[in-house]
Amino acid sequence: MQLSMTTAAGSGVPIAPVREPIVEVRNVSKLYGNTVVALQDIDLSFEKGHLTSLLGPSGCGKTTLLKIVAGLLQPSSGEIRVKGKPVNGPGAERAFVFQDFALMPWASVLENAAYGLKVQGVAKSEREDRARHYIGEVGLHGFEKKYPHELSGGMRQRVGLARALAVDADILLMDEPFSAVDEQTRRKFQEDLMHLREVENKTFLFVTHSIEEAVYVSDRIVLLSPRPGRVSEIIDPQISREISPDDLRRDENYLDTVERIWTGIKKYVE
Amino acid sequence: MTSMDISRMRNTADPGLFARVLRSGLPWKIASVALFALIWQLAAMSGFNFAFPSFTAMIAALWEMLADGSLIAAFLRTMEPLVIGLVFSVVVGVGSGIAMGLRSDVEWITLPIFITMQAAPMAALIPLVTFVYGIGLASKVVAVVMLSLPVIAMNSYKAVRNVSPSLVDMCRSYTGTRRQQITQIILPAASPMMFAGLRLGVAEGFSGAVLAELLITPTGVGDLITYHRSIANFAHMYATIVAIVLFAIIAVGLLQWVEAKLFRPERRE
Repeated sequence: MQLSMTTAAGSGVPIAPVREPIVEVRNVSKLYGNTVVALQDIDLSFEKGHLTSLLGPSGCGKTTLLKIVAGLLQPSSGEIRVKGKPVNGPGAERAFVFQDFALMPWASVLENAAYGLKVQGVAKSEREDRARHYIGEVGLHGFEKKYPHELSGGMRQRVGLARALAVDADILLMDEPFSAVDEQTRRKFQEDLMHLREVENKTFLFVTHSIEEAVYVSDRIVLLSPRPGRVSEIIDPQISREISPDDLRRDENYLDTVERIWTGIKKYVE
Repeated sequence: MTSMDISRMRNTADPGLFARVLRSGLPWKIASVALFALIWQLAAMSGFNFAFPSFTAMIAALWEMLADGSLIAAFLRTMEPLVIGLVFSVVVGVGSGIAMGLRSDVEWITLPIFITMQAAPMAALIPLVTFVYGIGLASKVVAVVMLSLPVIAMNSYKAVRNVSPSLVDMCRSYTGTRRQQITQIILPAASPMMFAGLRLGVAEGFSGAVLAELLITPTGVGDLITYHRSIANFAHMYATIVAIVLFAIIAVGLLQWVEAKLFRPERRE
């Protein structure tokens, strides 16, 4: 972390130290089989209340890292600390949003959104009340009784998001949540995510392969390089939150940051 | 996500009865049966085979056998090994299929048995069964089991294996226990493919029951077919065959209906 921070600082933008780390990744490596190194010596801290993106070309292990933080995968070495305590499995303080939505096709929107609470043993009436609240929050009011196959891709992911919000975890882990969603829906979704960040006091870890998306939504971007997966750079996009979404996409700072990340990533993309 | 979308999606209820009948495809189903009957009738009238009765003669024979109770008596007889065999196959097949899907050690021991059973020509083994279990009920039950068990077990196994890993991860990520993963995610997600296997298994079970009655000792439906063939009562023979085919279709259709009612709420309208 210290090392990568200085390299990042060298490129002109100061990187703030992590004051209140809610998730710490300590020396994590992940090997598949005995030969494929998916991640090598990852050392990272994630600031409480911030949105941090893991960005990188395919094969850089960003999803693997997120799943290790989620406790869905075990690291080959190293450890994960959440709120200072080492963890080696999923926990109620973390909630995962899946790339393919992971909705149960046989369950209604309401049942899907309430499922995390059901697993955690919350009584039916209470979990349905909370699920209903978050279904409204993500803009799906009126769709509670629909089934996933009756919804568009974007709406399905909103159900996945409602499910993650309903369990009231401190940390939301999002694995390319908008990649299976069309571009228009995606922009709307990103704006809604920014809004959610303001309302919900949560920490977001966000995996994406879209540079624009990462610069747009993140407080901090962790750039990973592939084969083996390593932290190559850390960037804090210094973009004022006052700017409206439409102005932002023309903002000088925004465009420069996108350009800078692209320059860093270009060499890994043939 | 506009209000227009919402009203469009809500506005799918309450079409008229006529429209519902049309949409259910019932007229087409009736037309298809009528066409089949017509082709049968024409084929019989062409006289290509002296043993091939006309459709109307077959229906008359069917009616006669229903009226004198011989068909029902024969079906009750055939039901006995069929039901016992199918209950055994469903319990053992679904149980071992799920176990194989969930545990690799069970898979390692059990899977080769089912693969062999599925590949072997079971009809050739039925004479062997009579040597071991005699000509009574036991042999016939074994015949039903031999035909229906492998397909039920293999489908249940594949169904469990094909469950989306991300759904299981989803349950795990919300701290779901292994038990919750199995009962709330894996089994419901596997149920469509398992039911497909059950439908195939029930159909195979019918084959097994009739085959046993034709090859081991003539009882029930097998006896009725053999008897009417031996006295050249071909209309009755065909009527028996049609009856067992219809019965199998109804049984399989019923299973499909039960599945939709109990396990697939999203398929209900």
